[in-house]
Amino acid sequence: MSLQDYTVTRSSQAARVAAVLGALALIVLVCAPWWAGRADMRLMGELFLYLALASLWNLMAGYAGLVSVGQQAFVGFGGYVLFALTMFGGLHPLAAIGLAGLLGALVSMPVAVLIFRLRGAYFAIGTWVIAEVFRLGFAQISALGGGSGSSLPVAIVKSLASKRAMRESISYWLALGAAVLVVGCVYLFLRSRKGLALTAIRDNELAAASLGIDIWRAKFTVYVVTSALTAMIGALIFLQKLRISPDAAFSVNDWTAFVIFIVVIGGIGTIEGPIIGTLVFFALRETLADLGTIYLIVLGLVAIVMMLRAPKGIWGLVRSRFDLQLFPLGYRVIAPKPEKEA
Amino acid sequence: MPDPILQMRGLTAHYGDFQALYGIDMHVDPGEVLAIIGANGAGKTTLMRSVTGLLRNGANQIRYRGQDISRLRADQVARRGLAMVPEGRQLFPSLSVKENLMIGAQVGRKGPWDLGAVYRLFPILDERKDQQSISLSGGQQQMVAIGRALMSNPDLLLFDEISLGLAPIVIKDIYAALPGIIKDGMSAIIVEQDIAQALKVSGRVYCLQEGRVSLEGASDKVTREEISRAYFGIA
Repeated sequence: MSLQDYTVTRSSQAARVAAVLGALALIVLVCAPWWAGRADMRLMGELFLYLALASLWNLMAGYAGLVSVGQQAFVGFGGYVLFALTMFGGLHPLAAIGLAGLLGALVSMPVAVLIFRLRGAYFAIGTWVIAEVFRLGFAQISALGGGSGSSLPVAIVKSLASKRAMRESISYWLALGAAVLVVGCVYLFLRSRKGLALTAIRDNELAAASLGIDIWRAKFTVYVVTSALTAMIGALIFLQKLRISPDAAFSVNDWTAFVIFIVVIGGIGTIEGPIIGTLVFFALRETLADLGTIYLIVLGLVAIVMMLRAPKGIWGLVRSRFDLQLFPLGYRVIAPKPEKEA
Repeated sequence: MPDPILQMRGLTAHYGDFQALYGIDMHVDPGEVLAIIGANGAGKTTLMRSVTGLLRNGANQIRYRGQDISRLRADQVARRGLAMVPEGRQLFPSLSVKENLMIGAQVGRKGPWDLGAVYRLFPILDERKDQQSISLSGGQQQMVAIGRALMSNPDLLLFDEISLGLAPIVIKDIYAALPGIIKDGMSAIIVEQDIAQALKVSGRVYCLQEGRVSLEGASDKVTREEISRAYFGIA
C-alpha cells in the first residue's frame, strides 16, 4: 500500500464558494482595461504588486520563520537588472523580468549562506545590512546613473506596445498575473511534501529535525525562491515606474515596512492574511494619504493596536470566530450532527 | 555475539559550563530491547538528545552500526535509521494525524511500516486521520508519536518517557502494543520512570545516576535492592 492510495478532502463549503467567487473576480479583473479608468488601473496594478510582495514575505517569515527586513535588496536588484538588461543588453523587457528572477536566485544563494549564520534579531539586522550594501553598490554604477538614478528610454518602453493604452493594459495584466502566480505558487507549495515539512518546522523545529527534515535546506529553498520571485516583482514595479534610483529601489519603507504592515494586519502565517492586509492598507492609504504625516501616524497606531489586540491579524480574528478557511490547507474537526430523538 | 548496533564509549555531554553526562559506556545489541531508568536529572533525556543528534558530543563517543554519529545533525542521524518517540510527544499542531505520520516518512527509508501498517497497529488513528493532531486524547496522541517514528522504518527506536502524563489504563494499552512494534529485528531503547513497566518489556537495563551508569544487568536478574541503591545512591 502506498501513500498515493489515500485521499483526503480538505474542502469545505466556504472554500468552494471562495474558489467560485475568486474565479469570477479574476475574470472581472482581467477585463479591467475595458471597464476601469487609467488611474484605477494603475492603482490596482500597484495593489497586485504589493499583494505579491506581501505573500512572498509571509511565506518566508510566517512559514519558514525567516523574519527578513531586507527584502528591498531583491526588489531593487530586480529593478536595476531590468534597466541594465534592457538598456545595455538590448533585451525585451519581458525577457529581462524573467532573467531578473534567475539572477535574483543566484545572488540570494551566497547571501543566504552568509546570513543564515545569524539568528533572530541578528538575522533581521543582517538582512537590512545586506540591503544597504546592495543600495550603496548600485549607487556606484555610473552607467546606471549612480546615486541619482536613470529613466527607462522611450524606445524600450515602446517595445512593450506602441500604443499607450495597450502598454498600460499589458502593465496591468503583468501585475495581476504576478499576484495570481505568487499566491498560487505559495498555495501549491504549502500543499506539497516540502510545504508539509515547512509547516512541521514552523510548529516544532526540534521535532522536525529529529524526524529527518533538513531544516537548513528547507529554509534555504524558501529564501532563494522568495528572493527570486521578489526580484521579478521588483523588475515589474520599476517597469511601471519607468524611473529608478538607489533610494527608491532599496527603500526599506516602501518594500519592507509597508509589506510587513500588510502581513501583520492581515494575519501572518495564513494565505488569506496578505490579501486582506493589502486591501486594508490601500483603503487606508487612499483615504488618508492627503493628511500627510498623520497618515503615517495612523498606520503606526493601527499596527500597534492590532499587535496588542489581535496578534493573529484580521484573518486570525475571522477564523477564530467563524471557523473559516478559504484556501483549504489545514483540517477542521466537524462534529457529527446529533441524531433527533424520536 | 554480533556487533552492537549502538555503542557509546566515554560519552560526555555539557550544557554550557554544566556537565550532564560523565563518561557513559553503553551498548545496544541488534534486536534487543534496552531499558534506561533513573531519577529526574540523572541524565536520561540528555542521553537521548545526544544519541539523536540534538546535542553535539565529542568525536567517536557514539557509534551506530560501526560508524561515528556523535557529530552528526539530528536529521542526518534520523536518515540513518534512528528514530525517537520524544518526551511530551511533540506533535505538529497545525497538521492532521495523517500528515503527522507522513512527516515521519519523509526520510524515505524502505521497510514494513507505512500508513496502512500504522493504522492496523492503532485502528483508532485511521478513524481520526483527518483530525487535528492535538485534538486527540493524550493516549491517542502518543499513538501518533509512535506511528510517526515508525513511518521512518527505523532500525533503532527510542522511547522517551512514553507513559508520562498518561492514565494507567492508557499506559497499559500502549505497552500492550509494544511487541507488535518491536519486531522484524528492530532494536529499542525505552527510557522510563515506571521501573516495573521498563523491566517487564526489556532484556537488559541500565540505571543512571547523576550522569553516570550506576547499574547494568539483565532485566530479570536485577534485584530491588540493587535498583534502589543505583537509583537513589543509598543502600
